[in-house]
Amino acid sequence: MVPVSVENVWKYFGDYPALREVNFTLESASCLALLGRNGAGKTTILRILAGLSTASKGEVKLPDRRRTAYLGHNIGIYDELSALENLKLFGRFYEVENPVSSASKWLERVSLAHVADAPAREFSRGMRQRLALARVFLHEPEMLLLDEPFTSLDDRAIALLQDLMREAKQRGASIILSTHQLREALELATKVVLLNRGQIAYCGPRTQAMVDDPAALYRDHGGEA
Amino acid sequence: MIRFLKLTMAVAGKDIRSEWRTKESLNASIAFSIVVLLLFSFAFDPASESTKEFAGGLLWLVFMFAGALIVNRSFARELPNDCLDVLIASPLPMAALFLGKAIACFTLLMVIELISLPVFGIFYDITWWNQPGWLMLILTMTTWAMSVVGTLFSALTVNLRLRELMLPMLLYPMLIPALMAAIQLTTVVLTTDPVGGDNYTWVKLLVGFDIIFTSLSLALVDFVLVR
Repeated sequence: MVPVSVENVWKYFGDYPALREVNFTLESASCLALLGRNGAGKTTILRILAGLSTASKGEVKLPDRRRTAYLGHNIGIYDELSALENLKLFGRFYEVENPVSSASKWLERVSLAHVADAPAREFSRGMRQRLALARVFLHEPEMLLLDEPFTSLDDRAIALLQDLMREAKQRGASIILSTHQLREALELATKVVLLNRGQIAYCGPRTQAMVDDPAALYRDHGGEA
Repeated sequence: MIRFLKLTMAVAGKDIRSEWRTKESLNASIAFSIVVLLLFSFAFDPASESTKEFAGGLLWLVFMFAGALIVNRSFARELPNDCLDVLIASPLPMAALFLGKAIACFTLLMVIELISLPVFGIFYDITWWNQPGWLMLILTMTTWAMSVVGTLFSALTVNLRLRELMLPMLLYPMLIPALMAAIQLTTVVLTTDPVGGDNYTWVKLLVGFDIIFTSLSLALVDFVLVR
């Protein structure tokens, strides 16, 4: 089964082609690391996959929206609502069977149960990031779209995210993550797509050599780390 | 359909709860309405018969400007933390998102209008409750028109840097037909004339405006939000 396929995708911003003939597929229970320097097109492809933008040309196939989750550059939670209200709200949107008990379970998981009724605006940065992770994993998605998920996370949140991604992969979920943190990404990835100025410079399996020397990927296939 | 309605009400409930907790635009709108009504009451003689003739116009002018403050926040509320992206990426139908936001705007605008009406009655010596059924009908239909058009333009302008300026520039011309009808009908109601005859044309105009713009907005919202 191929839950994700990107076929000949082009994206223009005005006359500028931000993506040029991008092709890749991703199987179930696998993780694709989307790499490339700033402006390479990583966020653009993720936004197209998340339905936030449309491809100018080409076709994108994804699982049902109810089974996908998206984490962008920002946390995507409401500051005026409490942690529990935030998760309950997104639980309803994603048709979680029992939004209240799921929300409570996830608040326990991300160690926020003691502040479940406090508004998110009163949380520290780390707490807000953990709440965002609970929102992403709340409906046990089959497809995770994570745009630079490690950026500005504290150590605790990075460890939590790595655990959650491993668990998701074990239960058969597919993950696409864009990142500059090569070591963290390559540890988890089964496939690597390296973008360079909107074009695929490398698309293939992750190898042990990449884990041992992540910068070699950029040296061998173009782009900059 | 039930799921759609539940999602719509979840969005509306979230927006009303957020506004109630911060009172960002609610306080500003109520203060604006009362101050404008107070200032105009010094400019016009409340005892004069002519005051009643332009009372409808004055009232809707105040509601329209106060309403812009409310609808401006509708989609702008989703910008902090990129919540709008998360909503668009979710399975939430964009029509439910739009309708929920329009219902939240409608509720908040009705609160402002129901607070302003007694103040208006006192400052201008006008008995506004003579035809409560008609007055409520006019308020409801015109407020829904403001909410629907305002929410659509709020979605359109959400990513603009000058959205606070752009929204009224787009909103007010579009609302002219609904406001003409509302002003005409409100003046009739406030001067205690019976609503009938030619006035039904204005009622039909309001009903038509609401139906057309609600349908059009629901059809366009996907295109407006996904770039």
